[in-house]
Amino acid sequence: MANAILTEIKKQPLSFTLPTVGAAGAFAGLFIGTAQGSGLLGIVVGALLLAGLAYVAMEVLGHEKERMFKYGIIALFLVAGYLAGGVPGLVVGGLFGWFFSFFIYWIGEGRYRAKLAPYLTAGQVLWHYSFLVIAGSIFVFLITPILVVMPLSFNAENFFTFTPEMLRFDPEGYSLRHYRNFFTSNEWQSALRNSLMIAPAATILSVSFGTLAAIGLSQPHVPFRRAIMAILISPMIVPLIISAAGMYFFYSRIGLQGTYLGVVLAHAALGIPFVIITVTATLVGFDRSLTRAAANMGANPVTTFFRVQMPLILPGVISGGLFAFITSFDEVVVVLFVGSAKQQTLPWQMFIGLREQISPTILAVATILVGVSICLLTVVELLRRRSERLRGMSPG
Amino acid sequence: MTDATAGAAPGQKKPGKVLAADGRPLKESLNRALRLQKMRALMLIAPLLLFVLLTFIAPIADMLFRSIQNGIVSETLPRTTERLADWDAKTGELPDEAVYEGLYYDLFIAAERKLHTRLGSRLNYEMTGMSSLFRQSGRALDDIGDVYFDQFDDLDKNWDEAEPWAELMGDPAWLTKMQAWKKADGKKMPKFVLADGMDELLPRTAETYAAFAEYTQVDEGKSLVKEEPWVLVHTALYQDLMEKDVTGYTGPQAEMLKAADAAVGGFESITFKEGMQEVDEDWLDHGTWQTIQMYSPEFTNGYFLNAVDMQKTPDGPEFRNENQQIYGLLFKRTMFMSLMITGSCILLGYPVAWLLANLPMRQANLLMILVLLPFWTSLLVRTSAWKVMLQQQGVINDVLVWLGLVNDADRLVMINNQFGTIVAMTHILLPFMILPLYSVMQTIPPTYLRAAKSLGATNWTAFWRVYFPQSVPGIGAGSILVFILSIGYYITPEIVGGTTGTFISNRIAYHISSSLNWGLAAALGTILLAVVLGLYYAYDKIVGIDNVKLG
Repeated sequence: MANAILTEIKKQPLSFTLPTVGAAGAFAGLFIGTAQGSGLLGIVVGALLLAGLAYVAMEVLGHEKERMFKYGIIALFLVAGYLAGGVPGLVVGGLFGWFFSFFIYWIGEGRYRAKLAPYLTAGQVLWHYSFLVIAGSIFVFLITPILVVMPLSFNAENFFTFTPEMLRFDPEGYSLRHYRNFFTSNEWQSALRNSLMIAPAATILSVSFGTLAAIGLSQPHVPFRRAIMAILISPMIVPLIISAAGMYFFYSRIGLQGTYLGVVLAHAALGIPFVIITVTATLVGFDRSLTRAAANMGANPVTTFFRVQMPLILPGVISGGLFAFITSFDEVVVVLFVGSAKQQTLPWQMFIGLREQISPTILAVATILVGVSICLLTVVELLRRRSERLRGMSPG
Repeated sequence: MTDATAGAAPGQKKPGKVLAADGRPLKESLNRALRLQKMRALMLIAPLLLFVLLTFIAPIADMLFRSIQNGIVSETLPRTTERLADWDAKTGELPDEAVYEGLYYDLFIAAERKLHTRLGSRLNYEMTGMSSLFRQSGRALDDIGDVYFDQFDDLDKNWDEAEPWAELMGDPAWLTKMQAWKKADGKKMPKFVLADGMDELLPRTAETYAAFAEYTQVDEGKSLVKEEPWVLVHTALYQDLMEKDVTGYTGPQAEMLKAADAAVGGFESITFKEGMQEVDEDWLDHGTWQTIQMYSPEFTNGYFLNAVDMQKTPDGPEFRNENQQIYGLLFKRTMFMSLMITGSCILLGYPVAWLLANLPMRQANLLMILVLLPFWTSLLVRTSAWKVMLQQQGVINDVLVWLGLVNDADRLVMINNQFGTIVAMTHILLPFMILPLYSVMQTIPPTYLRAAKSLGATNWTAFWRVYFPQSVPGIGAGSILVFILSIGYYITPEIVGGTTGTFISNRIAYHISSSLNWGLAAALGTILLAVVLGLYYAYDKIVGIDNVKLG
């Protein structure tokens, strides 16, 4: 269905193609023009250039020679870009060339209508694509900050910004020094060790308690179910600063403040809602007659749990565990208050670094953490699909 | 099953009462099974519930308690607060001599135990200058006692010795043990026991010496036969001797005591009021006493009044001056920014969720990764990314300057203000809006829109009258979630908020770690918690906590 052609496409008249492409060219020209000194000149040149190219493509070459034309345009823009702005210009030029070579044919041949219903008016088509552009820019907003961090972490300088060398793609501008710093510095390494000690311990606590409770909660008759649920979910809802304040006061009263145990307990409490939510969600689809069948065949409750129920809800338990792990691994407010300098974790170290803005080592750590989160995301996604498959739902 | 069990019970005697296999009535049997089931479910939940109650709910309760708790004044100044209870602040007169006497005793003991500065900083939250008043008084307090101490010392050098004092005040049996005790033995010091009848003979002296003994033995770990008592004890002795008759006393050091008794009549003396005035003029300030009296009770609403920019006065709570009202401003700002963030999240999240819900599965899943990746990425990574993006030498400014839209000289200020906080937090919380919206939109059949259009609705009407109302639950769920999360955010405003873009939570953190005004932090936290719990309740009513979905 995705590739079906809904509307016959037909070549658009030049009176439509040339102004449209020209307008796009003018828009691009505006930016390049202002960057080079004269916005007005950019607009005029951009509009004329693109309109001319569109004319050539539509009237002279036609779509038999489309491939050749596209390569031609890309090459043209690459050369122009390189002459105007060196290596960064080359990249920008290449991108522009690639886009416009596609755009000219997309407009000129009327391909933009192919996947839309034939009865749409021109305004509706325009709105459709504007909407896609808007949504696309929101996706860009979502993902850009994360993408920007990565190249900056290879910065050879101690700056949080792109240096001219980096923009010239000069190898001199890049280095692994921040990564080296991360792997050799005592502070960062002890922070990493602390994080790797606290997070698994907290995860084990919250998963073991949480799974049991989730199974209990999914029984058909539980008194005060709502109230219990509200209490168990509350660590997720109560603002972290309040949890942190309360724990700081209370744990210093009972001597847990500044100990590993205190931090682990606090993080376990914060991770519990995630375990409860994911495991109960998995248990909703769990077929209760399976446990009855197992009991019928003489299995005791413990065997039933480990041989029948556990394998089926395991995906939910694991993804709950991952949530709990990331909660603890990522947590900084509570550990700032409940922990002491000895329990300094990775996020804590980053927080301090960020507040004082010492070195881009933070960005190297951030890049590594993004890698970690991509792995976790993949695992959770795979587990979710597996669990849906097991429960006979359509795999997403 | 009912029939089978009923049939299995042979020889039914009472018709109408169905019996189970073991002969019990079926109803009872079922009830028992149900009860068992309930118990089993509760047993499974109990460990976690206990765990959460202990590690999470108890700390929260402790915080709530701390926001009204105010024992420090009456604990540190027990005599003063007790005597001050009858004082009427409205008359405009200063408290009488007895109160000053109590203050001197209390403050002396507190200063020895180094508790007076703590009280000073506590009262400083209510009235500036209290902290330095207490600190200075702690240092200068010996002046009053020295008046009497010097005269006793002139009378008999033994009054400045540890051992005669211990003999006079201590129980003989205890004294023998005390004298035999050596630190090197590693045994515990024998606890001080007051000599018989001493608390009637010299009540004040006995009391202060006992306080001294406890402090010396417990806090300092020193021997009472080696440490000479505080000058406070001499003052107490002077007062006792002036009032009481010690001629009947025959115990140890009777000679010395009687000699002193005979001499005290001629001693130069000083009233406590004058003494305290010399220590610090502020002790004759009406406001000082008013504050102490106001905060004498065990519990106070003072922290809460502070948290809403009010203060206690003798005529009841009043608003502070305009220029001192910071918390109202902060609460309003927190509300405003949270609403802005929620609004931006709806604006940005709605199109994305719509696109995701209406694209074919495969493409939607690919795009979903773009939403989930930020969701799974560490909060600090995202915050640092925004710092990199928004700062004046940052990526956005660089691009704008390169494009020539902004002059190099006047780069945009986008960080350390409200704008920075709102942008960064919108990015961070956007997935929390998109995910609930998406799950609601997935359930809206696309045929409805088509039906509306085929009935002649324009695109806009079809969306506004048919699609949008069905997506409102998603907006509600997402908004409350985003609002709850943003209202208590700490890390991001702390890093990108500067001074104008901070939330109430930053103030709470400041009071916990910098100004150490824990009570006020607790009160602010309690108010914030109440708001959040109200929203949580609403969320539960609208969406149901069970329906929260992740990923």
